[in-house]
Amino acid sequence: MTETLLSLSGISKQFDEKTVLDELSLTIDDGEFITLLGPSGCGKTTLLRMMAGFELPDKGTVTLSGVDITQTPPEKRPLNTVFQNYALFPHMSVFDNVAYGLKMEKRPKADIQERVEEALAMVQLEDFAKRKPHQLSGGQQQRVAIARAVVKRPKMLLLDEPLSALDYKLRRTMQVELKRLQRELGITFVFVTHDQEEALSMSDRIVVLKDGRIQQLGTPREVYERPANVFTARFVGQTNFFPGRVTSIEGERISVDVFGLNRDLSKPPFRVAMNQSLHVLLRPEDIRVLAPDDTEGVAGHIVERNYKGSTLDSVIELEDGSHVMASEFFDEDDPAFDYSIGERVRVSWVDGWEWLLAEEGDEPLTDEEELAADDAEH
Amino acid sequence: MMLSIKQQPFRAAVLVLVWGWLLFLVLAPNMLVVGASVMTRDPSTFISLPLNLDAYRQLFNPLYLEVFLHSLYMAAITTLICLLIGYPFAWALSRVDKRRQMLLIFLLIVPFWTNSLVRTYALKLILATNGLLNSALISLGVLDEPAQLLYTEGAVIVGLVYLLLPFMILPLYSVFEDLRQDVLLASHDLGAGRLATFKNIIVPLTLPGVLAGVMLVLLPAMGLFFVPDILGGSRNLLVGNVIKNQFLDARNWPFGAAASIVLTLTMALLMFAHRLSKRRLGEEDA
Repeated sequence: MTETLLSLSGISKQFDEKTVLDELSLTIDDGEFITLLGPSGCGKTTLLRMMAGFELPDKGTVTLSGVDITQTPPEKRPLNTVFQNYALFPHMSVFDNVAYGLKMEKRPKADIQERVEEALAMVQLEDFAKRKPHQLSGGQQQRVAIARAVVKRPKMLLLDEPLSALDYKLRRTMQVELKRLQRELGITFVFVTHDQEEALSMSDRIVVLKDGRIQQLGTPREVYERPANVFTARFVGQTNFFPGRVTSIEGERISVDVFGLNRDLSKPPFRVAMNQSLHVLLRPEDIRVLAPDDTEGVAGHIVERNYKGSTLDSVIELEDGSHVMASEFFDEDDPAFDYSIGERVRVSWVDGWEWLLAEEGDEPLTDEEELAADDAEH
Repeated sequence: MMLSIKQQPFRAAVLVLVWGWLLFLVLAPNMLVVGASVMTRDPSTFISLPLNLDAYRQLFNPLYLEVFLHSLYMAAITTLICLLIGYPFAWALSRVDKRRQMLLIFLLIVPFWTNSLVRTYALKLILATNGLLNSALISLGVLDEPAQLLYTEGAVIVGLVYLLLPFMILPLYSVFEDLRQDVLLASHDLGAGRLATFKNIIVPLTLPGVLAGVMLVLLPAMGLFFVPDILGGSRNLLVGNVIKNQFLDARNWPFGAAASIVLTLTMALLMFAHRLSKRRLGEEDA
């Protein structure tokens, strides 16, 4: 039932001999909310600008509803953009800003009036029509930018980190509102962000990008629970990487040794051999912290505890020196639940919740990626 | 929250300095000019009582009105030429990379290190009958005999444009620098072509720079008396020549003062228009 609205195929782009997009192909379905997620410099903004027509690809084609628009200038594309810093016209009132696109279409005055009012009502700014952009708060300017972009009823709305300039609370409100708008308008949204939390909560599908290539394309759940590679696993959410070793392979089941524990797992979708090392991934919320006299798990002690309101996040150092992040919900039955630094515990996890990844020459995150991932956390 | 003067001695010192400067070096001299303009000409003491408006009445003498209008006309042509050259120049300047930008601005400012009088004489050497330009045109075969370039209205305008062009470019450069690229992209994104974007976005957003440039060119162009003195014939007078003549040659101080006040008021009018255009952009504090 889903139809392809926009497809990019074999897109390459270089700036000053630096490859920004590398033979990238992607199809976007009509009506979906798709997010381009990645650290700065991954090519997500360039990709969006290519859809808008602000950049031309060196190679490859952009097709909209079956029509090649690779060389079509932005003013002739039925897509509209919400810019990172809103890019409102400072010399025009809110009304004129929103009306601009319709005036360019030379629509009758009454028609413009009606549609601008409708668009402003949609973003709850009816009473601000006469104001100038500089008389509005950041959140209000953001709404004007959205109204201005949707008033032409584009086939697709391109949003370039539209919420990054807003404070945390306002950002959450706008996230909900954007989702509502998208449902009401039925327009395809292409959303660019470096905030993985934002991506997970808003998208139908997420495109994880790095170095101009797609690392993974999938639903938020797929990206979070079944990351395709080490980069995605590290960039989206926090992950414990445990060293594993294959000890037996029997049909569709394999056994993996992790910290001396033998785990029986289903065979991963990549080739495995006996004694091969691989990554065993566990999200902090999958970790169970047990009492020191428990028979299960691996022994260690608490080295860090962070009260997060709804969860208690801790870091446990195992006897081999490796660190494990754990995130536990508070238990209503045990209001005094807490750890002290140095407290001895055992670490375990729910059997079968492990995710296996092959080692890939083990690439650590670059500083920039680390920062971006950190940024996205808070 | 304001702190009292006592708590901020530095602030107080700065305020006194600024206000003192404005009072003694700006307001007082201007008041003296206003005073002189309403007094009577006196051969021995330059000015004397009684107070009257004769000087202003004299300004309406058709002869001076003609000089004023001709001067305004030459200044307007100069301003227009400066705008036509300066606008695309400033636009291009704001688009080149930062290092080249600094170099170009530096080149634009270098001539200021030489006295403008000296530079006007240099221009005279170029425009003279046997000057560089005529010789070049003749040896290129464009002309058979030297053309009369010097002592024409054209020569005066060339001189004025040459001296005043940087004053047009610099304020324009500053507004083009502030012109945000994403605002232009937004205009294209919403369906406006190049021409529509220029008309609806670029022109209104650079208008304060245009007005600032016009202010910095038009008024001085009416006052740079030495340019017609050196490059122009006897008929290409500027208001500045009239003022200079009244003070130095005719010894009619009230009339010279009245003429310069009219110039100042014209300037004030332009500044008012400039403020209005800025307020429309919501930058009244800029």
